[in-house]
Amino acid sequence: MPDGNDPDRAIAPTGAGGSADLAMGEAETLERPPRRGPDGTDTGKPRSLWSDAWRELRRNPVFIVSALLILFLVVISIWPQLIVSTNPLSCDLSKSQQGRAPGHPFGYDTQGCDVYARTVHGARASVTVGVCATLGVALLGGLIGGLAGFFGGWADAVLSRAADIFFGIPVILGGLVFLSVVTSTTVWPVVGFIVLLGWPQIARIARGAVITAKENDYVQAARALGASNRRMLLRHVAPNAVAPVIVVATIALGTYIALEATLSFLGVGLRPPTVSWGIDISNAASQIRNAPHMLLWPAGALSITVLAFIMLGDAVRDALDPKLR
Amino acid sequence: MRRSLHARWAACAIAAALAATACGGDDNGGSGGGDGTGVLSSSWGDPQNPLEPANTNEVQGGKVLDMIFRGLKRYDPETGEAKDMLAESITTDDSQTFTVKVKDGWTFSNGEKVTAKSFVDAWNYGANVDNAQKNAYFFEYIEGYDEVHPEEGEPTAKTLSGLKVKDDRTFTVKLSQKFSTWPDTLGYNAFAPLPRAFFDDHDAWVKKPVGNGPYQVESYTKGSVMKLRKWDKYPGDDKAQNGGVDLKVYTDNNAAYTDLLAGNLDLADDIPAAQLKNVENDLGDRYINQPAGIIQTLAFPFYDDAWGEGKEQLRKGISRAINREQITEQIFSGTRTPATDWTSPVLGEDGGYEKGLCGEACEYDPAEAKKMIEEAGGLPGGKITLSSNVDTGSHREWLDAVCNSINNAVGRDSACTVNPVGTFADYRNQIGDQRMKGPFRAGWQMDYPLIQNFLQPLYYTNASSNDGKWSNKEFDKLVDEANAESDTGKAVETFQEAEKVLAEEMPAIPLWYQNGSAGYSDKLTNVKLNPFSVPVYDQIKVA
Amino acid sequence: MGRYVIRRLLQMIPVFIGSTFLIFVMVYALGDPVAALFGDRAPDPATAARIRKELYLDQPLWKQYLHYMGQIFRGDFGTAFNGQPVLELMATAFPVTLRLTLVAVVIEVIVGIVLGVVSGLRRGRAVDTGLLFLTLIVISVPTFVTGYLLQFLFGVKWGLVRPSVSTDATFEELLLPGVVLALVSLAYVTRLTRTSIAENVRGDYVRTAIAKGLPRRRVIVRHLLRNSLIPVVTFIGTDIGALMGGAIVTERIFNIHGVGFQLYQGILRNNSPTVVGFVTILVIVFLLANLVVDLLYAVLDPRIRYA
Repeated sequence: MPDGNDPDRAIAPTGAGGSADLAMGEAETLERPPRRGPDGTDTGKPRSLWSDAWRELRRNPVFIVSALLILFLVVISIWPQLIVSTNPLSCDLSKSQQGRAPGHPFGYDTQGCDVYARTVHGARASVTVGVCATLGVALLGGLIGGLAGFFGGWADAVLSRAADIFFGIPVILGGLVFLSVVTSTTVWPVVGFIVLLGWPQIARIARGAVITAKENDYVQAARALGASNRRMLLRHVAPNAVAPVIVVATIALGTYIALEATLSFLGVGLRPPTVSWGIDISNAASQIRNAPHMLLWPAGALSITVLAFIMLGDAVRDALDPKLR
Repeated sequence: MRRSLHARWAACAIAAALAATACGGDDNGGSGGGDGTGVLSSSWGDPQNPLEPANTNEVQGGKVLDMIFRGLKRYDPETGEAKDMLAESITTDDSQTFTVKVKDGWTFSNGEKVTAKSFVDAWNYGANVDNAQKNAYFFEYIEGYDEVHPEEGEPTAKTLSGLKVKDDRTFTVKLSQKFSTWPDTLGYNAFAPLPRAFFDDHDAWVKKPVGNGPYQVESYTKGSVMKLRKWDKYPGDDKAQNGGVDLKVYTDNNAAYTDLLAGNLDLADDIPAAQLKNVENDLGDRYINQPAGIIQTLAFPFYDDAWGEGKEQLRKGISRAINREQITEQIFSGTRTPATDWTSPVLGEDGGYEKGLCGEACEYDPAEAKKMIEEAGGLPGGKITLSSNVDTGSHREWLDAVCNSINNAVGRDSACTVNPVGTFADYRNQIGDQRMKGPFRAGWQMDYPLIQNFLQPLYYTNASSNDGKWSNKEFDKLVDEANAESDTGKAVETFQEAEKVLAEEMPAIPLWYQNGSAGYSDKLTNVKLNPFSVPVYDQIKVA
Repeated sequence: MGRYVIRRLLQMIPVFIGSTFLIFVMVYALGDPVAALFGDRAPDPATAARIRKELYLDQPLWKQYLHYMGQIFRGDFGTAFNGQPVLELMATAFPVTLRLTLVAVVIEVIVGIVLGVVSGLRRGRAVDTGLLFLTLIVISVPTFVTGYLLQFLFGVKWGLVRPSVSTDATFEELLLPGVVLALVSLAYVTRLTRTSIAENVRGDYVRTAIAKGLPRRRVIVRHLLRNSLIPVVTFIGTDIGALMGGAIVTERIFNIHGVGFQLYQGILRNNSPTVVGFVTILVIVFLLANLVVDLLYAVLDPRIRYA
């Protein structure tokens, strides 16, 4: 019986809606404020909803702090050597679970590897899995849920029932079936798997939000004025339905990083020599009574990442809410 | 409900402040105050198979069988030596035909007499392929096995032709080959006698098994608890020293351990790996850690040319790169002992265990290891992958440690990687299909304490657990000779000669001998584990 | 309304067939379960063949599935790895897990919504920030650790509760596991409520209600909360399914012989009757939970109507 892992919460990973990718896109093009939104239909309109939002965002200190944090995470994911010189794979069992020592500020794990080096090097895999899986889940779930909620009827029945079936696949079973046949050592199969099993929950959230949003007076008004479905969805419904999706997605980002550890624990996740927070957290969990420092650092790094994205999500949501202006 | 809950919490808090008693129901009812009637509770896992003796091949079911059955022989809980139990005598002139005389005065707990027929019927049932018993192979040495258990198709006989009932208490066994130490295998549960009730109303029997041991089953709720009570009329000398045992099913050994600490459980065998560092602190001297007949090895796939024939230097080099001392200390907190041969210390010197038989090849020497691996042409493709299932037994941690040890020796940080397999079923299937691409975990828990059991099933050509498909004529010849040897001492010596072939060829790297571990409450005394790492329940005294 | 419910219930039929088939195929893809029954020993082929025949595993996949479905319609869900009928296993596991889920959901709803309202109304203040940090801790510390630590502290060190759950699994015993199980969902519920409240607190109807001079409490509960609950209700609807089938760690730590534990055992042993049976019931639970959620939409927001 395997000890110490966390398939809890695993059955229903969650994700985000269309707005999270908007946020990311903007974070990447930080220095070049776009005059137009990501949606081509808005071209030429000087004060569209999306461009207003962007202007709002730039002035928000919460956004600036979160963007800097994310930038930092991206930089150490790409160049971990900038802040650490110890090899995360060079381990000396005689130092197993020892505390801090000169040159090893966070101490050693069970295998005698340097916890600081592993925490820094773990960022790459963990941040990639977290961000990409969240984006994928948000796009797929947001799209399917949004369409189901907006059109209702048969579309809703088919899409929602498909979501129910996928929702029923236990993560452990899915992981063993889908991932054990994969031999790739990259993070992509894991990302793909999380998206495959994670979209139904975000689809439900998006569907619920869209069902409420489309009842709003201005949406009904736009419909009465003969607005196209596409225009109504993008301009009126989506911005008003995005908040719960952002909330769930930003929290889910953290749970996906942890979910990766569950998969690794089953022998189907990231494979060594890949280093990740998830693996280190799950290894540390069973040793909590003996060496809590093993848990503290990777879990702390995970917290900071989630914090950065929760703040980003908050800022984006605020920017999209005209009532706050 | 809220009110009573609060009241109870408060009361418990006071009790906890006064003494280290924990709250929660006391399921055991009144304990008997040391007069042999106290009932203890013990951790258990749901057995995978119905509790038929010839169908139980894992420890949890074995626990129960060991309490409710007594066979012709019984392994001494301390020394492991096979001693006569129901057997009055087992004699042979030629190491092939044995005459078994059953003691008088034994009955099953339902009153039925234990006779020669009780054994012969049970063995015939176990061997018959129609009954799909997982331990059927235990009867394979008996003449006529191929007829009742053909490789394919329907059996041509219902009973083993080698078994003949002579009179009420005597039967003869003819083996298909010479096997001098065969009587010593008879302590295994598969050879237990069965009452008529087993055959007449099989379903009812399986729901509530009836045997001839010191305990009888009082009730059995699958997936939850089995209550065993002392059988007062038990005729043997090893009468239960307590009133009974409640075997409680736990989801996890850590849950059982926590219940033990909280006082809700009396005996937890198998201490969780993560708690090994705390256990002496938690339990003081109420913790047992003693050798069991289990050895862990890394076997090589001999069907793969990269590891097979002519690569013994490479295999030995890898063996020398593994720092067994450090791993057993740091990862297992001393609940494993570095292995220096392919058997187990529980056999004893006389039984064939020989410390250091492996020689230098099992001694850690990273410099020498590196040299040997390089001289053998290096690791195949510069890489080595260790495979194991990871769903049970915290294998992941020691695999990582072994890999790091190899990496440190060869001086590259990702030369060795772990190939985890998600489920035991998948792992066994991959082994069966010969899909291993590097060394893989091969654990062995003895069936009976004989050196033969550590060698023949694992390394004899095409033997049932020879997973690496190693084959060596010299080894096979020595094993055959040893089995035919009528003098036990000489047989053991010959087995050791065969074992020396393993030291030459290193078909599997011995890693460590595994200990059995258990912790118990202060209510219990005289708690011991037998060489199979099962608690000796009948000797436990409840205060 | 009635027709809508009937239509939704009828949709269960294709979902039932779809999910049983999907899960059946997946368990089949895990491979042959028989070899593992023999432990670290190569199975003797004759015995293994007998067992496969008994379990209907010697047939092609589609025949196995039809055979299985045939059994189900006769009310037989097959046999679990330990020889127990799956129906019996479900009869013991589902009530226990249902109680555990109930405890967790009640905690989620009450604590989560209260905390969410508080932090939504006091956006950016100390309470809000404090709750954000609690959220981060809950997300970053694995359930195993919180579960184990709470069990150790309450059950062993302070002796306040029984650390493991007995076979009766009463509500009282399930309180602590319920808290552990609820923790991560609590983070979701709190933040969803907070965001909704913060968004709606500026809504015209809230201003109107305040201007009318309604008491603050009434405004919050009757107007603000009611309009903010749709995302929360949606989340809890999806979470019920997740809690029921996915509480593997919590169930193991606290010795709860529930759905998560049995499902996990079934998967590790490639036992398709157990896995398919349990998952099918779980899918039906999701369907019902989602139906209830959809009906609640109409209750919370009268503009939403179902034909």
